[in-house]
Amino acid sequence: MPGERSPAAELAALGPDAILRLPAPDGGAPAGPTAVAAPAAIDLPAPPTDSPDEWPGRRHVLDLDDFSAGEIGRVLRTADAMKEILGRPIKQVPALRGLTVVTLFYEASTRTRVSFELAAKRLGADVVNVAASSSSVTKGESLLDTAHTLRALGADVLVMRHSEAGAPYVVAEHVDCMVLNAGDGWHAHPTQALLDLYTLRERLGTIAGRRVVIVGDILHSRVARSAIWGFTKLGAAVTLCGPPTLLPAGELPWPVQVDHDLDRALEGADVVMALRLQRERQQAGLLPSLREYVRLYGLTRERLARARPDAVVMHPGPMNEGVEIMPEVAYGAQSAIADQVTNGVAIRMALLYLLGGGSV
Amino acid sequence: MTPPLVSTLGAWADTPTARRPAPAHLLIVGGRVLDPASGLDRFADVRVRDGRIAAIEPGLAAADGEAVLDARGCVVAPGFVDLHCHLGEPGYEDRETLATGTRAAAAGGFTTVCCMGDTQPRLDCGAEIAALRERAAATGIVRVLPIGCVTRGREGGELAELGELAAAGAVAFSDDARPVRSSRLLRHALAYSAMLGRPVVEHAVDPELAEGGLVHEGPVATWLGLPGVPAAAEEIAVGRAIALARLTGGRLHLAHLSTAGAVAQVRAAQAEGLAVTAEVTPHHLLLTADVVRDGPAGRPYDTSTRLDPPLRSAADAAALLAAVADGTIAAVATDHRPQRQVDKDCEYAYAAPGATALETALGALMELVATNRLSLPVVIRALTSGPAALFGLDAGRLAVGGPADLVVFDPDAVWTVEPARFHSRGKSTPLAGRTLRGRVRATLVGGAIVFSDE
Amino acid sequence: MTEAPPERLVLTADDVRRAVARLAQEIRERDDGRGALLLVGLRTRGIPLAARLRRHLEEFSGGSVALGRLDPTLYRDDLRLGRPRLEPTDVPVDVSGRRVVLVDDVLFTGRTARAALNAIMDLGRPALVQLAVLVDRGHRELPIQADFVGQTLTTTREQRVAVRFRESDGRDEVVLVDHAARTPTR
Repeated sequence: MPGERSPAAELAALGPDAILRLPAPDGGAPAGPTAVAAPAAIDLPAPPTDSPDEWPGRRHVLDLDDFSAGEIGRVLRTADAMKEILGRPIKQVPALRGLTVVTLFYEASTRTRVSFELAAKRLGADVVNVAASSSSVTKGESLLDTAHTLRALGADVLVMRHSEAGAPYVVAEHVDCMVLNAGDGWHAHPTQALLDLYTLRERLGTIAGRRVVIVGDILHSRVARSAIWGFTKLGAAVTLCGPPTLLPAGELPWPVQVDHDLDRALEGADVVMALRLQRERQQAGLLPSLREYVRLYGLTRERLARARPDAVVMHPGPMNEGVEIMPEVAYGAQSAIADQVTNGVAIRMALLYLLGGGSV
Repeated sequence: MTPPLVSTLGAWADTPTARRPAPAHLLIVGGRVLDPASGLDRFADVRVRDGRIAAIEPGLAAADGEAVLDARGCVVAPGFVDLHCHLGEPGYEDRETLATGTRAAAAGGFTTVCCMGDTQPRLDCGAEIAALRERAAATGIVRVLPIGCVTRGREGGELAELGELAAAGAVAFSDDARPVRSSRLLRHALAYSAMLGRPVVEHAVDPELAEGGLVHEGPVATWLGLPGVPAAAEEIAVGRAIALARLTGGRLHLAHLSTAGAVAQVRAAQAEGLAVTAEVTPHHLLLTADVVRDGPAGRPYDTSTRLDPPLRSAADAAALLAAVADGTIAAVATDHRPQRQVDKDCEYAYAAPGATALETALGALMELVATNRLSLPVVIRALTSGPAALFGLDAGRLAVGGPADLVVFDPDAVWTVEPARFHSRGKSTPLAGRTLRGRVRATLVGGAIVFSDE
Repeated sequence: MTEAPPERLVLTADDVRRAVARLAQEIRERDDGRGALLLVGLRTRGIPLAARLRRHLEEFSGGSVALGRLDPTLYRDDLRLGRPRLEPTDVPVDVSGRRVVLVDDVLFTGRTARAALNAIMDLGRPALVQLAVLVDRGHRELPIQADFVGQTLTTTREQRVAVRFRESDGRDEVVLVDHAARTPTR
């Protein structure tokens, strides 16, 4: 309470923000003028500090190679809002009501397909799933025939997974719908890379300057290619590690290091991403044996200890436990693998929301 | 006062299978006459009479009844000779026919084309060779010379009867677009080639190394996640073929070279005195693997870039250009390989390789002239006297008294490649939408105007 | 270089602060006990306004007042035209059984309020939902009204009303901007 002064002087001393306290409803005496200071700065939505943020608008998401750091930032920021919806009792908003999303998967994948389906439904869109093995595709209908038919049936967005690189580009070129690439051959898996970035940002705060090691069959990995784009665009230092037969030959189109020695590559790493080793690679003569691969490139607890103590372990799934990653690492405290799956829905919601619209 | 140009295309232009029109009496005035075979390079007029070249002199005056073609600002050269094209007929008429393919050739300035035997049925026996020649004479508007298969059915199992093929009119032997897998068979074919005086044209690639490969193995393949064909796949096959040429003394001609390594081997073989020659396509001189990623239209995975052999690195293109300039590669051959659009509008891995090339060859090469990567005389030599010499053809030169097979083209005309307007049935080209320089104004075969751009 | 369109000051800093104080008072007075109060600020400037109202109300009552923030973008009716950047939504208490007062700086067409209402209803079952705005500028396109209004302004549809707070813009004021061809969004 202010000191003893005349009421007028007290009022004057309080300044223009003063309000008069009215008598309480029970008739008690007014307590005298009280200063209400001008409000201090409150927590407005903070402007993004770690990455720029822009969305000039795009019709398709085919690969991360043409995303700017700002566009990646916008996707991650949008995923924050989507994650909040996933925390509600009613996990749905009507934003994409009236939009028809068709998943067209030429390669089976329960996890990714369900992730996209849930993402679309959470935003109120209608979803149809086309599994290429159970439809007229097996009768020899070409990719474009199928895509045109789905468009004619009302598909606004085609979420495509295909065994051949470039397939979504063919559809995007010839069919009048939005295309979201859910994986094309060895080439790209942009939504996986984005959810990996999102998960890491949750765990580490920033991506720039982080040391990332990607280990495994990078030659045949669309996850690796998209991750390399994403990490390098956000300023991480990436090292690729694996046997020479499983790394792309010759000059690489990315600013990355290559090291065939996993123990050395892991020194001081912030992030380790292990890739699935497909058994067919051994049959194709690319590895002498699985046992040798595990010995040289398996991510064990001992190996992981060479990285930073708070290093994050990632894997796009599904895992070959005991081959590229040991169970105690996969389910250990440093593993973000479960978060990757959860965040996948939020990231896919973010992309579905952002597709087809420009920045307002 | 020059009378207006008389076009003889007239009535038969709408009936593509009609015979060539009767030869015109024609005076071509004011052009730069360029004939690498004789070394001629001067401004002169050319008189054509009764299907032959009657005179090449400056200052000729038009006679009565003689039509005049104003070639001022144009080059008058021997009609181009293509050592390597795929004309679809018999068996693949939805890709191309002799009629449509030769119209494309004429529009591109070619008066003689050598067509590969990968037809259905194959050109692997005398009867098929003779049938093709007959059909080409009836429906084609330029000279078509068949290349017979090396092996029966093109299967790579047994040699075809090469002597019979040669007697029936085959000018060379090839299993393109496949290599002859068996070194033993290739050796025998090369031995015959010397005796028959006709080269074996080998599509040089190691099949196992190249298996599944879609683009040049390198940064673009890595970026796009596509399996690559290493340069070594061609280098190994070229090395093998050269060794067999050395062993047999045979005549080896290497189709569509694409690597610097192969060029080096060919140069060394020629220095050694072996009868080893080579050709290159205009695409491999002008384009690199970057176009697979950046696209003719700015999009990756454009199947018009799917070629066999694939487009390679800038270093490879530079070596190929140098080889054309110094004569190591004496011929530019189009490898015109039209495909149906349905075989191109699909995933890159499933797309049929090949591009329609006859109508863009000159423009692509003149683009290299305009950017000082090749000279005009070298380009014309690689399209005329060079290829003619490689196959021993009586073509590719302008001689008074010789047949009036010639092309009049404007070296500075700028035009945009519009596949929809091609005479060829094939519409897929990695040069689609591109601005090229150099356009054919008229093409004559035996004195008859088989193409005119009016 | 385009000039900034001319602005006319219609509420001074003092006017703004008095209006805010008055709003807080009315909110407090019309509490009929139908549920504990939850203030929800709507992006963007509804948020600092809601924070100020909370401060006033906490002064009155001596207790704490629940505060949340809401971005109703995902419930808008015009998403086909574009994809606005999403701001965080954070409502830290259950809305069921509560008296929710949505807080925004300007009420115009009513579309933002409609979207916010739908968003709140998806979060639970409030006992009562009311709307408090600093400025009501008319031109409603939906049957929406504010329960608490700091100031009513007469405007044309083409004009723009800009509310500025010290926390977000450096000063407290409300200005009227003559702005041709502006699509109303509220």
